[in-house]
Amino acid sequence: MAKSQSDFHFIGKPQRKIEGLEKSSGRALYADDIRLPGMLHGKILRSPYPHARIVSIDTSAAEALEGVHGVVTGRDMPTTYGIIPWTPDEYPLALDRVRYVGDGVAAVAAVDEDTAIRALDLIRVEYEELPAFPDPVSALRADGSTPYVHDAEKEGRNGNVTKHVHMEFGDVDGLMETSEVVVEGEYFFEGTTHTPIEPHCAIGLWQPDGSRRDGLGEPTRDERGDGTGADSGPRTGSGKLTVWSATQVPHYLHRELARVLDVDPARVRVIQPLVGGAFGGKSEPFDLEFCVAKLAMKTGRPVKILYTREEVFYAHRGRHPFHMRYRTGCDTGGRLKSVDAEIVLDGGAYASFGLVTTYYSGQLLCAPYAMPAYRFDSTRVYTNKPACGPKRGHGSVQPRFAFEVQMDKLAERVGLDPVDMRRINFIGENTRTVNELRITSNGFLECLDAVERASGWRDKFRKLPFGRGVGVAGSTYISGTNYPIYPNRMPQSAVQMQIDRSGRVAVFSGASEIGQGCDSVVAYVAAEELGVPLEHVRVYRGDTDFTPVDLGAYSSRVTFMLGNAAIQAARKLRQMVQQAVAEEWDVKPGEVLLAGGRAMWAPDTERQMSTREAFNLAEAKFGTLGARGWYDTPKDVHGDYRGGTIGASPAYSFTAHVAEVEVDVETGFVDVKKIWVAHDCGRALNPVLVEGQMEGSAYMGFAEALMEEQVFKDTDHGRAGLHDGPSLLDYRIPTSMDTPELESLIIESIDPEGPYGAKEAGEGPLHPSIPAIANAIYDAVGVRMDRLPFSPPAVWREIQAARGAGTLRKPPC
Amino acid sequence: MPPATEIVTLMVNGDRREVGVPGHYTLLEALRYGLGLTGSKQGCDKGDCGACTVLMDGEPTLSCITPIREADGRRIVTVEGLGTARGPHPLQDEFDLHGAAQCGFCTPGILCSAAALLARSTNPSREEIREALSGNLCRCTGYTKIYEAVEAAAARMRDNG
Ligand code: FES
Ligand code: FES
Repeated sequence: MAKSQSDFHFIGKPQRKIEGLEKSSGRALYADDIRLPGMLHGKILRSPYPHARIVSIDTSAAEALEGVHGVVTGRDMPTTYGIIPWTPDEYPLALDRVRYVGDGVAAVAAVDEDTAIRALDLIRVEYEELPAFPDPVSALRADGSTPYVHDAEKEGRNGNVTKHVHMEFGDVDGLMETSEVVVEGEYFFEGTTHTPIEPHCAIGLWQPDGSRRDGLGEPTRDERGDGTGADSGPRTGSGKLTVWSATQVPHYLHRELARVLDVDPARVRVIQPLVGGAFGGKSEPFDLEFCVAKLAMKTGRPVKILYTREEVFYAHRGRHPFHMRYRTGCDTGGRLKSVDAEIVLDGGAYASFGLVTTYYSGQLLCAPYAMPAYRFDSTRVYTNKPACGPKRGHGSVQPRFAFEVQMDKLAERVGLDPVDMRRINFIGENTRTVNELRITSNGFLECLDAVERASGWRDKFRKLPFGRGVGVAGSTYISGTNYPIYPNRMPQSAVQMQIDRSGRVAVFSGASEIGQGCDSVVAYVAAEELGVPLEHVRVYRGDTDFTPVDLGAYSSRVTFMLGNAAIQAARKLRQMVQQAVAEEWDVKPGEVLLAGGRAMWAPDTERQMSTREAFNLAEAKFGTLGARGWYDTPKDVHGDYRGGTIGASPAYSFTAHVAEVEVDVETGFVDVKKIWVAHDCGRALNPVLVEGQMEGSAYMGFAEALMEEQVFKDTDHGRAGLHDGPSLLDYRIPTSMDTPELESLIIESIDPEGPYGAKEAGEGPLHPSIPAIANAIYDAVGVRMDRLPFSPPAVWREIQAARGAGTLRKPPC
Repeated sequence: MPPATEIVTLMVNGDRREVGVPGHYTLLEALRYGLGLTGSKQGCDKGDCGACTVLMDGEPTLSCITPIREADGRRIVTVEGLGTARGPHPLQDEFDLHGAAQCGFCTPGILCSAAALLARSTNPSREEIREALSGNLCRCTGYTKIYEAVEAAAARMRDNG
């Protein structure tokens, strides 16, 4: 049975973060804060062409420059990698072809950055330019007469297609036919990028082994006869490689470093310092990590590379631009009958997570509304631009925008209030979606109630004066995925926990702290279960040498999986402590409570001792105390069809937003006054952290709605493929002056499988921001914004068109 | 660090420090790479993000675009210098209590901007806080928790006189 709030001491209450003061005092160490003795500085030479063959590279002048210790090119690391095991299509440095402006071709390590930059100028690369594919239209039209972005896997195929997914559930055409109301719309979601304030940074360290007593080293590549060892530096197997990186996936980085550099994984160590923001932008290996490692192996000195801000924009892996067409049908009462979607994803030069993105573009739409029939047809194409990948709300933010605007249009057609429209289509709890995903807890109705009430919706919708309006939208998101990125049957998350006679709890956690607070979550669990004050819990983290494997901070999996793992470990220890104390007092173990730094006898709490004394008793009885906890997802819960595992999650979160806007019809400027965010996160383990995720998400959605555009120059303007403005000034992210007031309303539908009932909060709350704002603009001035971003020129153009058509007015009730 | 070509004197966090740096260094580079004061962060290196904000003679200053010569002889306070041996600055404590630092990368710069604000105004309005922080980008929080923390710190500082 679910515990009520008063049963908890730590969980559910505002708490400090365990590293909070470190951060606010400036003591916290991030990757670029680390300096190793003898450290060299690396730089990467990047392609100036969007698509070109590399004819030759001459590094001799760079190598001869004083202060340069090593240069590497694609030939030094001729192994492809990719975060998705089925689509490895990248080399750490381009081997014979560059595919976007910014593709890395060579890297140098020198005594300082200045020298490294000078050395880059001395590298001579001869390119043969190839026709580029700047957009999905040209990429899809390609006939093979010029090289595709990637060679086609099979003769006759278009190599520019990364992935095509077509799924159909229910009688889409039949139900569309019989729908009383059908709305059709075309939507465009512009690409956006993560822009963490910390640029990517990595440091490599190579520690060679001493010679072996028996005189036998491990075989070199040449001895193995694979012929690739010509200039590969020291024996790759005979040393230890350590890489510090601002990554959100240390485990995948560990795997790929070992594979690509041909070092035994047992000899690779990845250390993740604190990470200065990620949002999906650091969730796969990047060129700099391979380069620092290879350069360290080659030079025998530690090597650091820090991306410039410009490089961060080119590294990208952000939100895919989506071209979307939706047909949505409902009955006269507003009940959804059929949904039909066609989507083209502009993927950029590499696959990245694209295979998953293509599935997510359709798979995650089937809640919180029941839809009897659903079809999506999604095609991801390669283009000669920086690769797109996962950004907060991976693959599902774009379709959610289109779909929630469709809902608004339908509501108007059938004469329903859009909040009610969403209510009557509620899918319910403990049910299956049309694509067979299992929904358990579901607080979506409460979310709708909360934003409706808090925003004063009933007095505002269609009632505010012209120029002012409100809009609503809903969404759902996963709490991690049931299936990991590479197929395996090992746990997705784990911790080791130790207690000892000092009274302290030590937790070893492999989870990735990227600002969301997961280190603190394990500490809250330990304090809750073992009854110690928070200050007595230490969390040791972010080091693959001494923490158990956790798959990383992505797909909103961490709190859910790590929390469950931590509860399991802590409860094993608690049982030992209870047993030891019970024996001492000659009572039942179940009667021993651990709370507030004390062990107490439940029937008479006057009988007590400190947790330290209790831990002493346990250590005396059981010996040294440690426990492991791990979590693995249910593997039998997914759709029974090809691709049916993608989107399957142990639990889903739900969100509703109301946005209120004021539109200036003379300038097209949209002023978002306020966004009310209600989010069902299961139990909020620390409401302060949950609110922080909700506010940060709503902010980021607002930013994408109004300001952000990750765009590249086409052939008409300057050099094709160049980023339009790769700086934090030109790529506009909201300042404090731009950001609207945000109000968080936490809804707790206690989830049966979540840790203490918790679900995700990090990504779901982003989704509805964008359609809620679009729908509010419509309520304000009667203009539909079906393309992002809603920048003043774009809004102004729509307003002019509406003026011409005589539709610039408050929409009818 | 490239070869030093000059020696500058900085009054950093109450200490008089002499540091040899290349002439093209910025104040941020001198602090981070010359003096090991890594609390101030580099988010863009071109004056756009505010992560490198320090106080120079009490004024919030973007250290990444401050040539080191300009800082010669000036009084610099970085995030490391806001608190005292007895404890953190109320702003630092309230940032922690309010969850105003998520990834924490913008935090040192924001704290310096906020400290300058509270030094001239003991009871700033929300609007004044927004304006004072408008040169500091935060990508994590949506700013709400930051405002709350600054307001709480101001109240605490008023109470403590
Ligand atoms: S690092 Fe100075 S403003 Fe960005
Ligand atoms: S807390 Fe991450 S950028 Fe502000």
